Amino acid sequence: MRRSLRHWVLGAWSVAALFYLFLPIFVIALFSFNDNQGRFNFTWQGFTLRHWADPFANPDLAEALKNSLLIAGLDTLIATALGTLMAVALVRYSFRGRGAVDMLVFLPLSTPEVVLGAALLALFLTVNIGTGFVTILIAHVMFTISYVVVTVKARLEGMDRHIEEAAMDLGATEFVTFRKVTLPMIAPGVAAAGLLAAAISVDDYVITSFNAGQTTTFPLFIFGATRQGVPAEVNVLGTMLLLVVLFLMGANVMLQRRLARRDANLLHRSVSTATEPLQAR
Amino acid sequence: MLRLSLARRRSLLPWLFVGPGLLWLALFFIIPLANQANVSLQTGNPDTGYAFTWAFSTYTDAISEYQEQFLRSLGYAATATVLCLIIAFPLAYFTAYRAGRFRNLMLLLIILPFFMSYVLRTVAWQLILSDNGWVLARLRDVGLVSDTGRLLATRTAVIAGITYNFLPFMALPLYVSLEKIDRRLIEAAKDLYASPITAFRKVTLPLALPGIFAGSLLTFIPACGDFVNAALLGTSRQFMIGNVIQSKFITILDYPTAAALSFILMSFILIGIFIYARLLGARNLTQAAL
Repeated sequence: MRRSLRHWVLGAWSVAALFYLFLPIFVIALFSFNDNQGRFNFTWQGFTLRHWADPFANPDLAEALKNSLLIAGLDTLIATALGTLMAVALVRYSFRGRGAVDMLVFLPLSTPEVVLGAALLALFLTVNIGTGFVTILIAHVMFTISYVVVTVKARLEGMDRHIEEAAMDLGATEFVTFRKVTLPMIAPGVAAAGLLAAAISVDDYVITSFNAGQTTTFPLFIFGATRQGVPAEVNVLGTMLLLVVLFLMGANVMLQRRLARRDANLLHRSVSTATEPLQAR
Repeated sequence: MLRLSLARRRSLLPWLFVGPGLLWLALFFIIPLANQANVSLQTGNPDTGYAFTWAFSTYTDAISEYQEQFLRSLGYAATATVLCLIIAFPLAYFTAYRAGRFRNLMLLLIILPFFMSYVLRTVAWQLILSDNGWVLARLRDVGLVSDTGRLLATRTAVIAGITYNFLPFMALPLYVSLEKIDRRLIEAAKDLYASPITAFRKVTLPLALPGIFAGSLLTFIPACGDFVNAALLGTSRQFMIGNVIQSKFITILDYPTAAALSFILMSFILIGIFIYARLLGARNLTQAAL
């Protein structure tokens, strides 16, 4: 009896916590349908689909979103590539200075964003580089690399080292082993890291606000608009982004499931493809 | 000869992998911090420019002038971290042990809200807590808030906003560490006549410490430097040190003070992490946090 009471309290608490988490999300989605008059979108004035019909009505907002998506795309490519390579080296090799590299990866994560943003801006001012699209990208790659490294490292650490050793025993070079064995096996981790990098980049306000110059991104636009009233189109686009992420996460889960099914015969297949050049000879 | 060159290649390969990322972090993380140290010791004014003069007084001036904002930042961040722990621990516990086949769904639900834009979420709280909002009206009805009392532009609003925005940073590490615990240890404790509460206190909680440690850090660090919540949900009376650094840098162009404040904030945090790690007895800092 007491046991079931405890379970009940725990479940109720969790439901309440989820409600707290979702409350602002519901409000944002709801007010994307608000037929608001004037600039402010703070009180419910009736249902309309007009904001959804033309979410890009505001050219500044459209431009800001375009910048955000472009920066997130480029950031994902660069940070995922650099971070994945670092993670592989940190987990798979022991070399002098590994501890220091580990620490260097950890440091940006333990530094408040305001410090990262300010320090970068100070550098750009010192060496006289104008801030804008490129400096935002530089900043985003700098602070998303660490997240990629951490995510891919976690995947690598849970992976069976023997499969790679088997490939190398069968004559595959280190590079071929990396490309044909390691990379396919850590693919889900890399995909998750890429998603994370993209999400952090699209969402970042603090670091971006320091290094943006005249360029606006989606978060910068919203923050700037708070004084004159945030247009309902922002709610539409925010909700759309959330739906896109939901779709991508679903796709990643499907991919992981397929890969897990494939894992059973991965050992056999990857070893044989890795030694292909050898067999041909 | 061949042996030697092979050994050489093996030792170079990791550096080849690490190289590009390391270069990026060196150029855009280490060098900026070094430059920042240099800037913090400069004197001058925005019109004539700044020159390096070993001006350590900037640090002491910054501390005495912005002591209030520093203490407020640490206080708000600590309060928000504790609130996050209280909200997230049962949630993570439920997800790890009681959610059954809904576990992945629960995880998705915990993460999903945070893919809505951070600034937009905070704007939504502005709306929810606003003076003519439904929540304030109900709280006034039941007498929890006086008829002239407000929710928006108060300390409560800022702390609630910070708590909300950094909750997943607490919930996920907690979930990971709870999920890793070998359930047989808890069963063993119960077999040995430990009450559920004793088993929780002596087995589950100590084993969840790495998660509590990591979660607290991941919540406390960004919370300390945050200025979005104070800017959108508070007034200048709730401004945190992040707001000061931001305005010094962007609006007032007082770079040395902004740089000094950044370093003071960073050292506070690093010292805090160190003490916290000692208290919790985390053996390897980076390992526990990552």
